[in-house]
Amino acid sequence: MGSPSFLSLKQVTKRFESQAVLYEFDLNIEDGEFFTVLGPSGCGKTTVLRLIAGFESPDEGKILLDGQDITRLDAEKRPTNTVFQSYALFPHMTVFDNVAFGLKMSNVPKAEITERVKEALAVVQLADFEQRKPHQLSGGQKQRVAIARAIVNRPKVLLLDESLSALDYKLRKQMQYELKRIQRQLGITFIYVTHDQEEALSMSDRVLVMNNGQPQQVGTPREIYESPRNLFVARFIGEINVFDGVITEVLTDYKYRADIHGKQWELAADQRLEIGDKVHVLLRPEDLRIEYIEDAEGRDGLTGQVVESNYTGKTLDSIIQLDDGTRLMASEFFNEDDPDFSYKINQRVWVNWVHGWEHVIKADELA
Amino acid sequence: MTAFFANLNFRKLVITLTVSWLGIFVLLPHLMVVGTSFLTPDSDNFAIWPITLNNYRQVLSETYAGVFWDSLVLSGITTVIALLIGYPFAYLLSRMGKATRAILLFMMVIPFWTNSLIRIYAIKMLLGKKGIFNTVLVGSGIVDKPLQLLYTDFAVIFGLVYILLPFMVLPLMASFDKLDQSLIEAGKDLGANAFNRFRNIILPLTMPGVVAGCLIVFLPAMGMFYVADLLGGAKSLLLGNIIKNQFLVTRDWPFGSAFSVFLIVLMGALLWLYYKANQYVQKKGGMDDQNL
Amino acid sequence: MTRIFNSGLLKWGFIGLVFLYLYLPMAVLVTNSFNKSKYGHKWSGFSLKWYEELWDNDAMMQAFGHSLLIAALAATAATLIGTLMALAIHRYKFPLKNATSSLLFVLMMSPDIVLAITFLIIFIALGIQLGFWSLLIAHITFCLPFVVITVYAQMKSLDPNILEAAQDLGASEARIFRVIILPIMAPAVLAGWLLSFTLSLDDVIISSFVTGPGFEILPIRVFSMVKVGVSPEVNALATVLLVMSLTLVAVTTYLINKGKTLNDSE
Repeated sequence: MGSPSFLSLKQVTKRFESQAVLYEFDLNIEDGEFFTVLGPSGCGKTTVLRLIAGFESPDEGKILLDGQDITRLDAEKRPTNTVFQSYALFPHMTVFDNVAFGLKMSNVPKAEITERVKEALAVVQLADFEQRKPHQLSGGQKQRVAIARAIVNRPKVLLLDESLSALDYKLRKQMQYELKRIQRQLGITFIYVTHDQEEALSMSDRVLVMNNGQPQQVGTPREIYESPRNLFVARFIGEINVFDGVITEVLTDYKYRADIHGKQWELAADQRLEIGDKVHVLLRPEDLRIEYIEDAEGRDGLTGQVVESNYTGKTLDSIIQLDDGTRLMASEFFNEDDPDFSYKINQRVWVNWVHGWEHVIKADELA
Repeated sequence: MTAFFANLNFRKLVITLTVSWLGIFVLLPHLMVVGTSFLTPDSDNFAIWPITLNNYRQVLSETYAGVFWDSLVLSGITTVIALLIGYPFAYLLSRMGKATRAILLFMMVIPFWTNSLIRIYAIKMLLGKKGIFNTVLVGSGIVDKPLQLLYTDFAVIFGLVYILLPFMVLPLMASFDKLDQSLIEAGKDLGANAFNRFRNIILPLTMPGVVAGCLIVFLPAMGMFYVADLLGGAKSLLLGNIIKNQFLVTRDWPFGSAFSVFLIVLMGALLWLYYKANQYVQKKGGMDDQNL
Repeated sequence: MTRIFNSGLLKWGFIGLVFLYLYLPMAVLVTNSFNKSKYGHKWSGFSLKWYEELWDNDAMMQAFGHSLLIAALAATAATLIGTLMALAIHRYKFPLKNATSSLLFVLMMSPDIVLAITFLIIFIALGIQLGFWSLLIAHITFCLPFVVITVYAQMKSLDPNILEAAQDLGASEARIFRVIILPIMAPAVLAGWLLSFTLSLDDVIISSFVTGPGFEILPIRVFSMVKVGVSPEVNALATVLLVMSLTLVAVTTYLINKGKTLNDSE
């Protein structure tokens, strides 16, 4: 139960040329959240955004915002504002006029317009750029003007469509930080759309992972990363190692024994399982423990050899092929205990993981 | 043998051809027209020394100033009407799917494959006392007797717009195509209704197209003497008629040249306006100019 | 819902009206070419007699033939020269390049009446007699910018690596033009030809100034006929022209499309 969400899509269906891009889609977003919709190209995430903004109309279903049914409301009348992927700054207007545009359309008095525009430009740290024209701005500056133009209207929801995808790496990282700061400062609900999972994890309060118009999982970044609900989410976010196993014994609540690759392992799961259940055991590359085979003499674990090893500065990322052919990805951090380790190709190693760090899902959860 | 036409020769040949053709048949003649406008008329040699400003004085004189002005007005009205029809037409066309658009554009160009003179003749038939227009007007009772549509300013404007409308539509369509759709969505997003979107976004950004279209209609309109000859009355004179008379009938070439120079100056002014309009619009405000 | 319906109706209604405006005069002409009555005020029966009269009108047929000849020759020459000009502007560096582009621009923007007298002046100055040659040169010249623009646009999209590869393999400039550029450009070149043919056939103003008594062309002949009154052979002529042009366009478009698929099949 609980109070109705600030923004919700209820059973929304949207078709393009008889193809259902979204089908009976539900979404609930709370007031003041930084909410990200994450998914691969073509999964429907941009459609969700455009439906909320009003550029598309749902074929079926409802959209409610702050208690108001906005399903049939024209885009120009909705209390939402969009930061477009291509910025869409009006080329023939100055930065000031661009930012002031929405206020002008709402017939806000001139004095108030000037005040609020200056305020908005200060928030995005472009106070001295009022008289410049878009073609005189860099990519990052255009982006900030686009943000200012949106937030100056004090919308109930701010929609951002892959707004950072055109920027280079360093600038993008900087803007991620900026966006988060602005959102906290203003308290507006942000809905951010992206295909970059790193971005989604670092900025959001909650994330919705989508695929083919279907929601896969909604949760905090930590929940998504550490406890993916299905293989799609597990694979889409970061790298994942998947072990297939069968439950052989129920030890206690949420503790089981399973047969994996011919060996018996103790597993901790966050759901109830029964003997005979097929499961996927998921482990992130950084959860694996690798040791030289000589050092692990006699200990329980899997064995294999290193087929590839890449130095990334922070970590040593390796691909290990187990004796039974399975390939694993491992990512090990350099630290004071072992600042210089490395692997030769075909070096034999021992693989295990810290018990409890595994994440178990039932094998019939379709991705 | 082909070795004889080595790299350098072919290149040189092409460049020489290009520069000389344009130099002889475009640059030189234009300069000569300007030059002739300062010379004195002569029945045998068309134009001789001495240099004089007489021709220009004549152009600006009372007799001709009036005709000049009337011609400007006729062409001006033509341009405005062509704009009023062409702008929404171009807008509608630019919104259509590629296939429909290509077909409609094609249909707009088809009439050009008969000589323009013949088309004006067709209009003459249309507007006559017993032509279709009058037959319909009288037949449906809107008027009692046939209207005098031919040999009026109305007929001239009708004919000019008829010929020049496609020329207004083409640059306008190019302008609409360049219009970034996301700008209109941004307008909606920021609360602008249809009228405001048109006034603040669409219209200013299609200005270059509007100026280009006016350029391509206004100037030629001033010169289309055959429309005035066939459809116009004694008073419906276009600048083209005056120039034609001076060159082919009266043989006062310097005088005719002076009028032409005025047209050239007007063309320069309109081109400058076009340049300014482009500056104002200054490309897209989106992602394609990353570096300052 | 009715809102959408209305705007659709308005939209197509407007477009329909514009096309009505553009086509009605032509439609009347074509219809009357088959009309027994001379004045075409009402339909008095189907007849091909105006076509017969047109055929028998030697002066008219000659003028018609002259105009077609000029159009075909001018289009061909303009396409050739224009393509070479586009090549020069696109590929070569030469000192007067900017001047060249500017001149082509002036040529395109100048109203016909101004061009007409520039041609007249230069021909008289150069001693070229007014007739076939002056007409041909004038038509070639005013078609040039349109060919250049059409061809240049497609040239720009040509992958420069292809040309460099050809150079690397030892092809001369002339060879590169003949064997690589021209075939790939074929659709644009053909389009340029068609455009030039249309412009030449349509021209009234320039032709009036630069032709001579020895070489009569269509607009001159038609003008003298219609100035005095009704001339139904003109209706027949218009219909013939239309049919001819449509056929020409159909053929050219077919050739262009065939060329395009050839290019795509790489």
